[in-house]
Amino acid sequence: MITETAPPEARTERRHLDEGLVRNLGLVGVLIILVVIGIITRPELYSDPTWVRNNVLVILQQAAAIGVVTVGMTFVIIGGGIDLSVGAIIALSGVWATTLATQSYGAGGMIFTALVVGIAVGVVNGVLISYGKLVPFIATLAMLVSARGLAAQISGKQTQVSANDTINGIATTKLIGVPLLVWILALVVAAGWVLLNRTTFGRRTVAVGGNPEAARLAGINVKRHTLYLYALSGLCCGLGAIMLTSQATSAQAAMANLYELDAIAAAIIGGTLLSGGRGTIVGALFGVLVFSTITNLFAINNLSTEVQNMVKGGIIVAAVLIQQFRYRSLTQLLKR
Amino acid sequence: MTAAGESVTGEVVLRLTDVVKTFPGVRALDGVQLEVRAGEVHCLLGQNGAGKSTLIKVLAGVHHADDGEISWLGEPFAPATPQAAMRAGIATIYQELDLVDDLSVAENAFLGHERSRFGFTRRRSTAARTRQILGRLGHAEIPPRRAVRALPAAGKQIVSMARALSHDARLIVMDEPSAVLAHDEVANLFRIIRELTAQGIAVIYISHRLAEIREIGDRVTVLKDGRTTAANLPARTTPTRELVGKMTGRSIEYVFPPRRELTPTEPILVVEGLTRHGEFADASLAVAQGEIVGIAGLVGSGRSELLETIFGARRADAGTVTLAGRRITGVGSAVARGMGMAPEERKSQALLLDEPVYKNMTLASFAGFAHGGFTDARDERAASLKTADLLDLRPRDVDRPARTLSGGNQQKVVVGRWLLRGSKVGGTKLLLLDEPTRGVDVGARAELYQVIRGLAEDGVGVLLVSSEVPEVLGLADRVLVMREGRLVHEAPADELDEDTVLDLVMAGSLLEGEPT
Repeated sequence: MITETAPPEARTERRHLDEGLVRNLGLVGVLIILVVIGIITRPELYSDPTWVRNNVLVILQQAAAIGVVTVGMTFVIIGGGIDLSVGAIIALSGVWATTLATQSYGAGGMIFTALVVGIAVGVVNGVLISYGKLVPFIATLAMLVSARGLAAQISGKQTQVSANDTINGIATTKLIGVPLLVWILALVVAAGWVLLNRTTFGRRTVAVGGNPEAARLAGINVKRHTLYLYALSGLCCGLGAIMLTSQATSAQAAMANLYELDAIAAAIIGGTLLSGGRGTIVGALFGVLVFSTITNLFAINNLSTEVQNMVKGGIIVAAVLIQQFRYRSLTQLLKR
Repeated sequence: MTAAGESVTGEVVLRLTDVVKTFPGVRALDGVQLEVRAGEVHCLLGQNGAGKSTLIKVLAGVHHADDGEISWLGEPFAPATPQAAMRAGIATIYQELDLVDDLSVAENAFLGHERSRFGFTRRRSTAARTRQILGRLGHAEIPPRRAVRALPAAGKQIVSMARALSHDARLIVMDEPSAVLAHDEVANLFRIIRELTAQGIAVIYISHRLAEIREIGDRVTVLKDGRTTAANLPARTTPTRELVGKMTGRSIEYVFPPRRELTPTEPILVVEGLTRHGEFADASLAVAQGEIVGIAGLVGSGRSELLETIFGARRADAGTVTLAGRRITGVGSAVARGMGMAPEERKSQALLLDEPVYKNMTLASFAGFAHGGFTDARDERAASLKTADLLDLRPRDVDRPARTLSGGNQQKVVVGRWLLRGSKVGGTKLLLLDEPTRGVDVGARAELYQVIRGLAEDGVGVLLVSSEVPEVLGLADRVLVMREGRLVHEAPADELDEDTVLDLVMAGSLLEGEPT
């Protein structure tokens, strides 16, 4: 039974504020729990402040490339789509940027190539979906297969070592004690937040994902915007490819395997609605950090990746279940 | 074959006495009387919203009557579920046929009561039984194992009837069965109906087409505002005037703001020969500055499709749309040139329900508020609040999600969107309103009428579609009547009355021999 106590205006406004906040607070809670588990299992490591500081940077550094990709993914999902090809785009961009021919143009040429290849593949996705009217799932699934195929073709299934010191140096450079990769992640997250919340591009994204017909009848070019969203995701993948190539000092067709799953999972855990129209960049960042922290937790306890994957799957389910439960109880609470 | 006679001799199978059904805020059925005899075709007549759909859903077990008595075959009858109604022998064929496209004809006919043994379906005997039923319907040529998807609309209707017969139905309710059929298919439908009634099956037939009622019907019951206003009129001989009069005789008086004199101006919207195959054909109309033009027509007459095509949301097969002398080629150019539309389905076509009111209001103009691509939420909020005041939006709060508003206020948000665009980006010259008061309660309607009239007085041209004839007559300066995809009549609103328009909308019999 709905009994009104608070005036309705105040109630809805508060609910609107709380939703995002509580969700993010929940993820912070999960992060804290993970750290506490770390402290309990390896108290000797956590007693060393230098180790703790370095470990935090390691976690952030591991989150960097996937974090950048997740920002792009979040835009696509809010816009009502899905991009299953992000891992494959990274592989293709990375391989293309590290061919001997591209490497001869230096670091600038390699970066340029990776970004352009990423955008180009994103545009192909976008055209297929917007104008070819393919379902996003199918179009990007096909791209997942063929982009990796092309990457294998170009690289001849070989690992292509990067001989460029500037590229390789990105992963080892630090600014004010913080790795450059982490700075890049911070910059992309900040730019993503501004783009989503403060620009006409972001407003269109929410409108197109929330109610495409309403957006269309309000004069928004839905098809063109959808195309932009996949191009943006491709751009993020290109950037991610450079970061990963720098970390490994090489690229290969099998790189960034299953990144699409990690990125989608992080976005969803972060509160992005899979049906589109709602989502947050900050939530997505927390989602990435949760995964990265779990990986780290397993690494410092010397546990196998198999167990890690099982736990990851469990965490995804648990996080979404908890969120649904909390969302429901919160709305019920506010109705009272 | 029985000639559909004036005197029906079968015993009464169904009797409704003072049936009442209320929904939150609406008394959908408010004392319905109905008497149906075995072997007759009983026609139900009434305007949109008169309660026909609710009534047949009560009979079908979808809704449950709150009050009154229903007796079926002499026993009190209150089906708890659609299955119960089916088992009792009442089958309903809805306008939107409820068939599963990918199942076969036989599987559809026996859907919900599959013939099976130990959980295995008995395909052979089901097919045989279906073939037998189809033969009874005079359509032995339809293969029982064919997927329903592959059948034309008329064929699907036969399958629906086969399903009714598979339950040994003794009463079949048909909701506008002819709406989806071509002319010769209607003749076939009538032949089947006559055969069914010859076997003693009663039929409740709903249609807006008076000509059909005259041809197939035995008796007519008229509903209006959830009440029976006339029962058991002879279908053939009752004059059209009387039938239409029973349907309209007003009870709720809408309050319309007074009209003002229009000074004739150049038309801003000119539509010429607009055609979309299968929806509407050769529509030509014009709307002048400050003029309200109303299109009266039934659901399915092509009116919403026409409006959406004018707006560029559907691609025309032929014809042109010009706004203030410029060709409209798509939604983008329509909006850019100063057209706005409030579509029929507010929730699915116009609103971002989870987003705040102000973002919904600025959906067509946020780019105009932006500086170098950055949105200006403060400015948008202020402008939205101003528009909200103008439209008397309640509650006066532009930050709450659109979902939390009432239907009337949601409609104000959609109309406000185009006002806001007009004031910010410049020049909303023409508003297309599709069923602007649908789902809006009576009090809020008067306010919306005021708003629409006010817009026109500020020089905005309005093209309005409504299935409620009084609304069109009370609001519009000029009325166009649309029937079966064609604009069949045009006249100033004050030269028309409700009966005439209804007659034109449904049958057009007054039009014959009348110069247009």
